[in-house]
Amino acid sequence: MSDSNGTGRAWVYGDNIDTDQLAPIHSYKNMEAEEGCKFCLEPLDPNFASAVKIGDIFVAGNNMGIGSSREQAPLHLKLLGIRAVLAKSFARIFYRNTLNFGVPALVCAEVDRINTGDELRVDALKGRIENLNTGETLECEPLPDHLMAMIADGGLMPHLKNKLQRE
Amino acid sequence: MGQSQPPSQSMTLSEKIIAKAAGLDSVKPGDIVTCAVDVAMMHDSSGPRRAGKMLDELGVPIWDKDKLVVITDHYTNDEDPNSVEIQKITHAWVAEKQLPHFLPEQGICHVVLPENGFLKPGLFCVGGDSHSTTAGAFGAFMVGIGATELASVLATGEIWVRVPETLRLDVSGCLSEGVAAKDVILKLCGDIGIMGANYMVVEYGGEAVKAMTIDERMTLTNMAAELGGKTGIIAPDETTAQWLAATAASGVDIKTWQGDADAPVAKTISMDGTAISPQVAAPSNPENAADVSEHAGTPVGQAYIGACTGAKLDDLRMAAAIVNGRTKATGTRFFVAPGSNRIRDAAADEGTLKILEDAGATILPTGCGGCIGLGPARLEENMTGISSTNRNFVGRAGEKSSKLYLGSAYSVAAAAITGEITDPREFL
Repeated sequence: MSDSNGTGRAWVYGDNIDTDQLAPIHSYKNMEAEEGCKFCLEPLDPNFASAVKIGDIFVAGNNMGIGSSREQAPLHLKLLGIRAVLAKSFARIFYRNTLNFGVPALVCAEVDRINTGDELRVDALKGRIENLNTGETLECEPLPDHLMAMIADGGLMPHLKNKLQRE
Repeated sequence: MGQSQPPSQSMTLSEKIIAKAAGLDSVKPGDIVTCAVDVAMMHDSSGPRRAGKMLDELGVPIWDKDKLVVITDHYTNDEDPNSVEIQKITHAWVAEKQLPHFLPEQGICHVVLPENGFLKPGLFCVGGDSHSTTAGAFGAFMVGIGATELASVLATGEIWVRVPETLRLDVSGCLSEGVAAKDVILKLCGDIGIMGANYMVVEYGGEAVKAMTIDERMTLTNMAAELGGKTGIIAPDETTAQWLAATAASGVDIKTWQGDADAPVAKTISMDGTAISPQVAAPSNPENAADVSEHAGTPVGQAYIGACTGAKLDDLRMAAAIVNGRTKATGTRFFVAPGSNRIRDAAADEGTLKILEDAGATILPTGCGGCIGLGPARLEENMTGISSTNRNFVGRAGEKSSKLYLGSAYSVAAAAITGEITDPREFL
């Protein structure tokens, strides 16, 4: 697990990273996510799950997370330590699922300016990414206020817990 | 239900449903609103074992048990310890909560939900499955959500929604013999791509859609998910009303729940229905759709008719029309997993099932099964299959070395007979 703000190494992939890659069926039917996350992205990059480090940042092209509603897809990334997911665009259920786990899902048109291994500093609330390797600053689309508040609480369940306690 | 206020601006059907659920006179694309949920559906994968667990951790009751429907369909085909354990958890949770609407092992959730009268025009629904979009065939607005979000709905009865833009597909004319709704939606996937309707609602209309049965309409709305759509929807009409009259749905109102003719939409795509040929989507993306002729002759080791999108009664009838009096190719496995027990029984009563069996098809129990790589229809190492399902991503339907083509039940049945991808019109 990792704070949403801070630095990490980028893992850059392409378009249409689907939920069958992020959470192959055996990884969420036959085991808990803590074990299942070891199979995250296995069909595409068998090296990813073992090499990714806490605080790293997942970077994808268009339509990140297309496919199933299975939320083990973003949960696996979170459990592997992914701090934030950046993409040119997201598939809608994956987008909500990722934010619901308190992991910033940021729409960034300029992800092509990031290479695997680049050290990035992500400021989720400001919607800003600094590429420490190139010195560039990349802008993300700002998250709506209600989602900012949810991320600040750590995700939908803690957010709801806080809300229920206030009522 | 059904007593909506006259809208203060022209709205699409989806916008009217969202406005009603949000308690507003009107909404427009881009608005972020909170909607009251009329029906929440969950299955054995994301339901009790995940969303249920989270709700219990939250320590609050289900907001309205009468609005929750639990269905088992994902892990009902295998006897392995994990499947058995998931079924146990599901049954125990439903019993503990004393839920009134539990439909175990009756079929695939998107088929069973309307069969049991839980859907009708104007409802705002959520489902713990990406193909919840299917409900739009009944004039309901239903979106797929993850387990955490489902837990939140169970606790509060509400969900935030960004009002989607509308992509309208108008299919004119009538489809040719041997061409089905599956071909229309695969063609659209091919034309606009797997994110061609990202975040949008896909509204299907035009002469060819109006002429379609509910089974066929469900194929269109189901695969709005393969366009990236938030959901799909079709204006309800007499066909809808007649279908729903045979279910337990009450207060069906097809008059109120219509979009305004002058409601603005983001984009309209027109398709000539008469010109559409059978389509198959090549591995490993539904957007790889092309005329069947482009892939004709590709050998297949398995032909599978199944899933929420491809094993309704109409699909089984299409397959039967092709295989009638013929025998499946040696060396090609041919499986049919009906979308629900009710469909299986109807197909048995009318003789459709026997035609399929006589052709060498193995009838499997209903469930998600082969579509998600479970049960006897799981694709083996290096096997190429064709199926009437909705997704062919790498490894989804079996081993990651397997390859999957998607097509209509006509096309799958034709491939079962010849052992290779074949234009089904050769058999009609």
